[in-house]
Amino acid sequence: MRVVLAEDLFLLRDGLVRMLEAFGFEIAAAVESGPELSRALAELKPDVAVVDVRLPPSFTDEGLQCALAARRETPGLPVLVLSQHVEQLYARELLADGMGGVGYLLKDRVFDADQFTDAVRRVAAGGTAMDPQVISQLLSRRSRDRPMEKLTPREREVMELMAQGRSNTAIAGELFVTERAVAKHTSNIFTKLGLAPSDDDNRRVLAVLAYLDRGARE
Amino acid sequence: MAAGRGLYIAVVSLAGSIALLVLSVLSIGFIALGVGVLTTPVVLGAVRSFAEWRRRLGQDWAGVRTPSAYRPLPADLRPGLAGQAERCARLLRDPATWRDLLWLPVDMTAGFFTAALPAVLLAFAAEGVAIAAGLWRVLGDGYWFAFIPVRGQVSALAAGVLGLLVLAGALRVNPALLQAHFRLTGAVLAPSKEALARRVERLSETRHDAVDTSAAELRRIERDLHDGAQARLVAMGMSLGTVEALLEKDPEQARKLLAAARQDSAEALTELRDLVRGIHPPVLAERGLGDAVRALALRMPLPVEVEADLPGRFAAPVESAAYFAVSEVLTNAAKHSGAERVWLDVHHDAASGTLRMTVTDNGRGGADPSAGSGLAGIERRLGTFDGILAVSSPAGGPTLVTMELPCVLSSQKTSSS
Repeated sequence: MRVVLAEDLFLLRDGLVRMLEAFGFEIAAAVESGPELSRALAELKPDVAVVDVRLPPSFTDEGLQCALAARRETPGLPVLVLSQHVEQLYARELLADGMGGVGYLLKDRVFDADQFTDAVRRVAAGGTAMDPQVISQLLSRRSRDRPMEKLTPREREVMELMAQGRSNTAIAGELFVTERAVAKHTSNIFTKLGLAPSDDDNRRVLAVLAYLDRGARE
Repeated sequence: MAAGRGLYIAVVSLAGSIALLVLSVLSIGFIALGVGVLTTPVVLGAVRSFAEWRRRLGQDWAGVRTPSAYRPLPADLRPGLAGQAERCARLLRDPATWRDLLWLPVDMTAGFFTAALPAVLLAFAAEGVAIAAGLWRVLGDGYWFAFIPVRGQVSALAAGVLGLLVLAGALRVNPALLQAHFRLTGAVLAPSKEALARRVERLSETRHDAVDTSAAELRRIERDLHDGAQARLVAMGMSLGTVEALLEKDPEQARKLLAAARQDSAEALTELRDLVRGIHPPVLAERGLGDAVRALALRMPLPVEVEADLPGRFAAPVESAAYFAVSEVLTNAAKHSGAERVWLDVHHDAASGTLRMTVTDNGRGGADPSAGSGLAGIERRLGTFDGILAVSSPAGGPTLVTMELPCVLSSQKTSSS
């Protein structure tokens, strides 16, 4: 799987290259600035891009902007954005086109190599990988809204993992329950939130996030 | 010397003041017709340089310093008609402009009189001497030199003596008269003393607050680092040291300690992240005030409707002050108001160069800025930048907090949302 990596700090870039290579990824390019990233994405068309939000020369959200621009050029181009901080605002912008294939994680998540590479693969496959921090913010915020109050604590746990982009199998493993139980919880959640059930991992996350997003505006 | 200068000023000021006053009045009057918009900045510019020239002369010739207090025009004024209209509006809003215009009629009357007086005195003295020297023969019998009727050589000599006395007096008082002229100019042109005093008082007060606040802020940061991230890193180092020792003897225990060390590093990161957010929020640095308050609103535990319309970015300290003020008001609303919804409106009024932020909630009201709450802190924070805070919060609600910061846009918008 060919990866384009953009990270301006040498230590982190080097570490990420080594980690990804150790897990069998092919590093198509490892760049350190916004313009280089845009060029690499346009020319190399990687299977997935791993991008730091803040990049030179502007040291603002240049990485995010480059990723969004590249996705406008190539719809659905898988992008996993890494950041020193996570903001719902940015998460929403990434999810806004509804194409899937996006991830937004705190940089610390690379500590757990297995989970991190799993997230990269999930994004490359068109799924989503949202940082638990984004999700928990969304859920704690919405807990005052009526639809969320209808969920049982277990259903909320399932929903959190589901919103991160995990598959039913992964959720079952995490919560030590059977896959069937997870499927039952998810369909309950969809019913309570008034969403049509769907098997598609990516679409259900988008549906959940879109629903929460709408909740914030109404 | 003083007389020559005075005469020069008298002639030039009379002509200049009359011409400029007439032009200014006409030009400002023609604004209603449209033409004035184009001519007024030019005319007012001329008035300004005329006044500045007089200030300079006062300094050079009589040692009278007259401070000028024109408001600076923003450097990035648009070209063309729109820019000219804005320039015109800004000039007309400047109190210094109106002081200039008030000074013109004063200058052509009292100013002219005081400037011309030294020369008039000299001429008068010269006339007395000339009469004594024989001019009395030419003049008719009924001629009066001041209080002396000129009737013959004797009275002519008296006139000459008076002329010499006036000359001696004139040489003595003329510099003072010239100085008086410039003092008069200064009295009209200088910004008023009380206004200056008030301004100085306010500045030293807000500077004091700003220094206090930033010192407290530094102490907080130091304490947070010391008790938080630093302590965690030490704990992590100790865990790793123990792991090293246990690695062979007790791998199971070592594994547990490693997990704890990783937990410590994650928590240290979280603390550092929160600290950074408290110093300068990342979104503010990356996107500016508009998106920063949007991101802030998303983190609030209650729904906040954000209306932010900013055409560009402001100076970093202003953005920061505005952000933290909004943050504090929103937090207050979430904690104390019992509100279910909050509305936040942030916009920049280009005409007055003001950033206006309003926070409205549908809570129970009763917020009081004088009760020593966080509102007083916000007032101080804004005060450093000449900003103001107004709170309307009747018991039973709703609460409306309005904040205003004078500021100019420093750069064009960098991001699309």
